[in-house]
Amino acid sequence: MKKLRIGPNLAGVIILAVVLALFGAIDIIRPFGLRFSDLSGRVVTIDTMIRIGILTIVVVGLNLLMGYAGQVSLGQAGFYALGAYASGILATLASRHGMLVGVADTWWWPWLAILIGMILTGLFAFLVGKPILRLKGNYLAMATLGLGFIISILSGQLSTLTGGYDGLTGIPRLRIGEFALWPAQRYYFLVWGAAIAVIVVALNIVHSRIGRALRAIHTNETAANTSGVDTEHYKVLALVISAMLASLAGSLYAHFQSAVSPSPFGFKASVELVTMAAVGGLSSIWGAPLGVAVMFILSNLLQSQIEAVFHIRGGEYELIIYGLVLVLIMIFMPQGAISSLGAWRRNARREKEGAA
Amino acid sequence: MHRKPQRQPVRLIIAALVVFGLAALSLLLGSQKGLQPQHYIQLTIDGVRAGSIYALMALGFVVVYSVTGIINFAQGEFVMLGAMICLTVNDLDLPLPPALKLIAAILAGVLLTTLIGAGMERLTIHPARRSPPVTLIIITIGVTITLRAAALLVWGADPHVLPAFTTLALEDKIFRFGGVIIQAQSLWIWGALIAILILLYFFLERTLLGKALRACAVNRRAAQLVGINPDRMALLSFALAAALGAIGGIVLGPVTRPIYDMGVMLGLRGFVSAIIGGLLSVPGVVVGGLLLGVVENIAAGVTDPAYKSVVSFIILIAILLFRPQGIIGGGEKPAEEA
Repeated sequence: MKKLRIGPNLAGVIILAVVLALFGAIDIIRPFGLRFSDLSGRVVTIDTMIRIGILTIVVVGLNLLMGYAGQVSLGQAGFYALGAYASGILATLASRHGMLVGVADTWWWPWLAILIGMILTGLFAFLVGKPILRLKGNYLAMATLGLGFIISILSGQLSTLTGGYDGLTGIPRLRIGEFALWPAQRYYFLVWGAAIAVIVVALNIVHSRIGRALRAIHTNETAANTSGVDTEHYKVLALVISAMLASLAGSLYAHFQSAVSPSPFGFKASVELVTMAAVGGLSSIWGAPLGVAVMFILSNLLQSQIEAVFHIRGGEYELIIYGLVLVLIMIFMPQGAISSLGAWRRNARREKEGAA
Repeated sequence: MHRKPQRQPVRLIIAALVVFGLAALSLLLGSQKGLQPQHYIQLTIDGVRAGSIYALMALGFVVVYSVTGIINFAQGEFVMLGAMICLTVNDLDLPLPPALKLIAAILAGVLLTTLIGAGMERLTIHPARRSPPVTLIIITIGVTITLRAAALLVWGADPHVLPAFTTLALEDKIFRFGGVIIQAQSLWIWGALIAILILLYFFLERTLLGKALRACAVNRRAAQLVGINPDRMALLSFALAAALGAIGGIVLGPVTRPIYDMGVMLGLRGFVSAIIGGLLSVPGVVVGGLLLGVVENIAAGVTDPAYKSVVSFIILIAILLFRPQGIIGGGEKPAEEA
């Protein structure tokens, strides 16, 4: 007899979806005139939640690449930028260049642009992945770092295409037919819908043949190769998937901001993405939303608290503490928050059993 | 069949063709911009000056990497701290003649930065020394963020000035040879690089401590078996790297107007130099630094200065892909396996 079992992952997805839907509903229904941001004393707004959702998509990809396949990327913001620019450039073809009028100004064109962006970014990742993934450890980290830098500099330099350092503006909001996915309260549902879908897909990948192959590569590449795993193929596959997810997130970001410029996609962004992935826990898909939320809210909280306590708009204080927290987390929870939580729970249970 | 001896010349020929092609391309681009021979000499000299700083930074990377296996992102911040501390002490109202005050400031800059480097190792790297490389890289990035933000807090966002060593004033002495200009500070930079290389040679080859450091770089466990404490060597390597960085920042100070975020790009350039040199060999990375400085400067000179960093990152990726052991290292194995 087959019993329907709800595993922890499925339960997690359902709980996450319900909680997030409730959050979103608060801002649409406005019970007692409350807004979502009132829940947290205006620290976490619906905008913050959208940003967390977008970055979650990137970090899930990074988790697959770094945590499961064990391949470091310090250039993930480059793929993120490619997606944002693909959407930015394609969606403004009609308004900026007067090209493809009649096609490029329909409601479905931006959606197609997102898809095109993902395919192009995936193709790019495939092409650079083959040679670059031959490198290991620190070398791979540096090669991806260089790649991210080149993309970020070029996005500022190729100004006819990208609008230069001022960036592209006037990117239309997404809509389905006549139904606009805007204001932010509506966009929130799209972003988190995508993020949860990505989490589900990633969880499935992890528990499939691909996931097992990736973990085998992480544990011991030579051994994996000897046991018949086409390591090169799977490493490239992981990079392509992570790049496509980053591209999707980039597109969502472009339509959220309605503008793209090179500054949010630099080296700092790549580092922040890796940090979020590491803080959440590299070898857990659930680490992605957790890590993004923790780092994002931490940085928002620092900003508002420092302003309130010291009466200064001190970006530098915030950064000092951010850096210190990062170091402390890496020293004391090198496996990330998820594993540490799991370890504490196991310890607590063991102690309880020992006491009984 | 011996295939390797046949492949080697082919590779050399391809490399030579690429180099000639790029040289021809830059000459072509340069002639379109109307560059004269003395312009190229000037670009080369400025490139060698920048490259000397890269070389100093690369030495810092090599010292830390060879002993601990860590890529230390904070290397660029050591450069910034050296320059900033030096100019701060130099601006103090001390009852000393200017020259002595500058010397005191230089010593203070190097010593304090060395202490910061050692403190960084003790407080952040040592507790996590058994973690995987990704974790350690992120730790050094965290330290970098903290140091840079602290510098912003202390020194503000504006660039500062350090007087030129020769004139002790803002205006440096300038030597002219035809159309080519050499600042006196460039001579200080080259002098510092040469002096450091000589000192480093004696330290590594002739002193017990230096030999212990090298032993640790060759094989940590074997070094431990003969009584060398690898934790101590890790501490020493960070202190040494910080000192090298600080010296680089101080001699560079008078020509760049130090600013709190100067470490970012310098650190990356230093790292690219270290990669060009193979990450493990001292002469290799010095050549790597000089080469990067010159290539980058000429490439920027014949095209657009904005592409300077693109050039260095393209070099980085090309080297990583085709000669991960560095262009000087003769071995067939990539450095990491060696």
